[in-house]
Amino acid sequence: MIREFGWVDVLYLVFAMRWTLALTATAFIGGGLIGLVIAVLRVSRVWPLQAIAVLYVQAIQGTPLLVLLFVFFFGLSIVGLPVLPWIAAALAFSIYAGAFLGEIWRGALDAIPKTQWEAGSALGLGFGEQLRHVIMPQAIRMAIPPTVGFLVQLIKNTSLAATIGFVELTREGQLTTASTFQPFAVYLTVAFLYFLTCFPLTQWSRHLERRSYGPA
Amino acid sequence: MALLEIDKITKRFGTNTVLDDVSLTVDAGEIIAVIGRSGSGKSTMLRCINGLEPIQGGRITVDGMQVNDKATDLRKLRQQVGIVFQSYNLFPHLSVSRNITLAPTLIKGITEAEGREIAREVLQRVGLEEKLDAYPDQLSGGQQQRVAIARSLAMRPKLMLFDEITSALDPELTGEVLKVLEDMAKSGMTMILVTHEMGFARRFGSRLVFMHEGRIREEGPAAATLAEPRTQELETFLGAVLH
Ligand SMILES: Nc1ncnc2c1ncn2[C@@H]1O[C@H](COP(=O)(O)OP(=O)(O)OP(=O)(O)O)[C@@H](O)[C@H]1O
Ligand SMILES: [Mg+2]
Repeated sequence: MIREFGWVDVLYLVFAMRWTLALTATAFIGGGLIGLVIAVLRVSRVWPLQAIAVLYVQAIQGTPLLVLLFVFFFGLSIVGLPVLPWIAAALAFSIYAGAFLGEIWRGALDAIPKTQWEAGSALGLGFGEQLRHVIMPQAIRMAIPPTVGFLVQLIKNTSLAATIGFVELTREGQLTTASTFQPFAVYLTVAFLYFLTCFPLTQWSRHLERRSYGPA
Repeated sequence: MALLEIDKITKRFGTNTVLDDVSLTVDAGEIIAVIGRSGSGKSTMLRCINGLEPIQGGRITVDGMQVNDKATDLRKLRQQVGIVFQSYNLFPHLSVSRNITLAPTLIKGITEAEGREIAREVLQRVGLEEKLDAYPDQLSGGQQQRVAIARSLAMRPKLMLFDEITSALDPELTGEVLKVLEDMAKSGMTMILVTHEMGFARRFGSRLVFMHEGRIREEGPAAATLAEPRTQELETFLGAVLH
């Protein structure tokens, strides 16, 4: 049955948007935790830990996201776990985000001059205290713009979860197209919805880039 | 017993020997001026004293604590030995007050309020009490350097190390930092200063140490040694810096 693309469909797309956002949020939190560990391992002065972090980042960054998604989706069923698209997508995207956020944050930690570590050291602070009180607060400031930049990528990339049947914005678009045969109007709407989400983030990150230190 | 004992230390970076058989004894209240050409090992020696650089031979003892010993608590050592660098190295994201209180609150377990009182007191000593709540980038280079000194003093060290702390400052600002050093000298602080300020070394240095190619080439009472160097190397060096 073919029907016109109308406001109801737009409403459904907007509703589907919340799964895009849910997947993004989950991956961002999961990936953030992984990324934090990766970044700290990278700046630790213990080489086996550094090696683990490098290996993780190289492996994940060297794998297409789509393949990662399939590995989890089909892989989980092989080991006997239920193949819920949601679970597979959340895992794959978290692991993917972890590698990229880890790299971004390591870069930010590395960008803080070594003399800052040393000043902390000279005052008797230990590695953890230097990291927490001296290095991280400065690195976070530097890391925010690229992190928001990555978040925008992440939002758009969650559309790949459509391929394993996870009904987020893009998948909902496919379904709507199937029943209306108006792909142009549908995907234009879908694109516009992505834009509406990403644009404020981009603007916000630009604003953050211009801030400097000083009294709050 | 001496406050600091450096006993025949060797420091290498890879195959490059940077400190070779260096020995120096410093008693409480002494002010040691360290001079020497670029690359002669002055900074490295200071960094070895507070354990920022490991040594490959010899022994360093500060107030009875052996620096190059695994059993030594570097945290304790660094409460005894303050170091101030040429580039200030203040924490730009923290206010002056917090720059000063960070280490005492973390290490000595004092409250932020107690810390603030200490901050006020040490800032007074460097003449910057009114900058308690300023941020580093709102201060001039000379002021930042004085805050860095105050930050070290807040740990109540027994020994202060200064590595060319006026070299990045223009003459006017150098003056205000030297003034702070003078006050510290008069108050009896034990200090080792790597410096190009020969005038300061002459007036306030109790001893002069001249380093050359990783060794202490000449050592003696500051004023006398500057007036009458015994070695050719020191004479050449002084000729070059004093024009
Ligand atoms: N981290 C390091 N790694 C390798 N070599 C180093 C390192 N730090 C210093 N060196 C070398 O050690 C030697 C002594 O350096 P040091 O910084 O102690 O000299 P300095 O007397 O302080 O010189 P300057 O007056 O230029 O500050 C130099 O040859 C330098 O290249
Ligand atoms: Mg030096």
